[in-house]
Amino acid sequence: MDAKKLNTILDKYRREPSALLAILQDIQDEENYLPKDTIRQVAGELGVPLARIYALSTFFSSFSLEPRGKHICTVCMGTACHVRGAPRLVEHIEREFDVPAGQTTPDMQLTLETVNCVGACALGPLVILDGEYHGNMNPAKLDRVFRPLKKKE
Amino acid sequence: MTVKFKIQGRTYTGTQEESLLGAIRRYGYEVPSLCYHEAVSPYGACRLCLVEVQKGKRRKLTTSCNYPVLEGIEVFLDTEKVVRHRKMVFQLLLAVAPAAKKLRELAAEYGVTETPFVPEDEKNECILCGLCNRVCKEVVEADAISFAGRGTSKRMESPYDETAEACIGCGACVHVCPTDCIGMKEENNIRSILRWHRDLPMQICKKCNRPFAPTFQLNEFAKRVNLDRARFDNCPDCR
Ligand code: SF4
Ligand code: SF4
Ligand code: FES
Ligand code: FES
Repeated sequence: MDAKKLNTILDKYRREPSALLAILQDIQDEENYLPKDTIRQVAGELGVPLARIYALSTFFSSFSLEPRGKHICTVCMGTACHVRGAPRLVEHIEREFDVPAGQTTPDMQLTLETVNCVGACALGPLVILDGEYHGNMNPAKLDRVFRPLKKKE
Repeated sequence: MTVKFKIQGRTYTGTQEESLLGAIRRYGYEVPSLCYHEAVSPYGACRLCLVEVQKGKRRKLTTSCNYPVLEGIEVFLDTEKVVRHRKMVFQLLLAVAPAAKKLRELAAEYGVTETPFVPEDEKNECILCGLCNRVCKEVVEADAISFAGRGTSKRMESPYDETAEACIGCGACVHVCPTDCIGMKEENNIRSILRWHRDLPMQICKKCNRPFAPTFQLNEFAKRVNLDRARFDNCPDCR
């Protein structure tokens, strides 16, 4: 993250160590992940031990230490979704976009992730694309959900 | 404030500010523990220090390291319930850190040599007790390491599992780790804290020519107490 952007974020929170979580959230929103260099700078600027920021940034699943794609697709692999065919959905997306689960396409368009139960089991199998929930999924419906993404390619 | 309480039916005194485990041990009773150290705040992570505490009419099983010494409580050690739960805790710990020799020894002392649980990592020695982290933060004030991740991926590590740059190489964490899984060595005037990937050159005493402390550590100390760095050129014996 360039220095100017980071400074704007830090200033927004008056460089308060107590605002650390909000600061990390803003960086995550800007960059789609928490770049290592930026985290180091935050530690230095706020006078917070790097170890503490590292602990926070690995604790919350909304943070990522690796660069992530422009679009984030999360497939629920909780028990309920699993028995209703979630693994098939994952395979389908892996094949369609040529990206293994847990990784990002080389063009940084799509990150494919799996989670365990997002608490909407009745809707399973469930796929979340950029924060939007799609329930009762099957491969055909998936293609429709992904159509806008495919077009841009 | 001084309070009176009972252990196994006998009356003792303690203070509300101390840990019940500390008080129990002071009077010569034995309770196993792995994550407790009197120098740092209790964390209640290993669950081994179980006792039964009776408070008024209520009697309950609790960890003693993070329980206060309260007026009138009665403490029971090694009850049937304690023994049963403790056995389970040992079994769980053995599955978490199958390679931890000291843990295996302690478990064996309490008659537990096997675990029905399936270990996730046969080589793991760390029981995630957090002692190293608490000592580094509260006593050493270096705050060089931390827990990372959570749930099944929780681990104790240096930032990014790379060199812990805030580590001053004091060895306090190495010393308190209940399973000896941090490791330290000194070779060719370099002190290494193995688990945190930290290698620090040693300062050589200007008088007696012996290495006595990591240079980085002395720099930090001089900064902290705002003293002239030159005061730390010699080892404590030659100062
Ligand atoms: S050796 Fe390093 S990590 Fe361990 S307590 Fe000392 S400063 Fe902290
Ligand atoms: S390294 Fe040792 S002291 Fe630190 S959490 Fe693991 S077992 Fe506990
Ligand atoms: S298992 Fe998918 S939402 Fe619960
Ligand atoms: S010593 Fe009490 S929980 Fe570990």
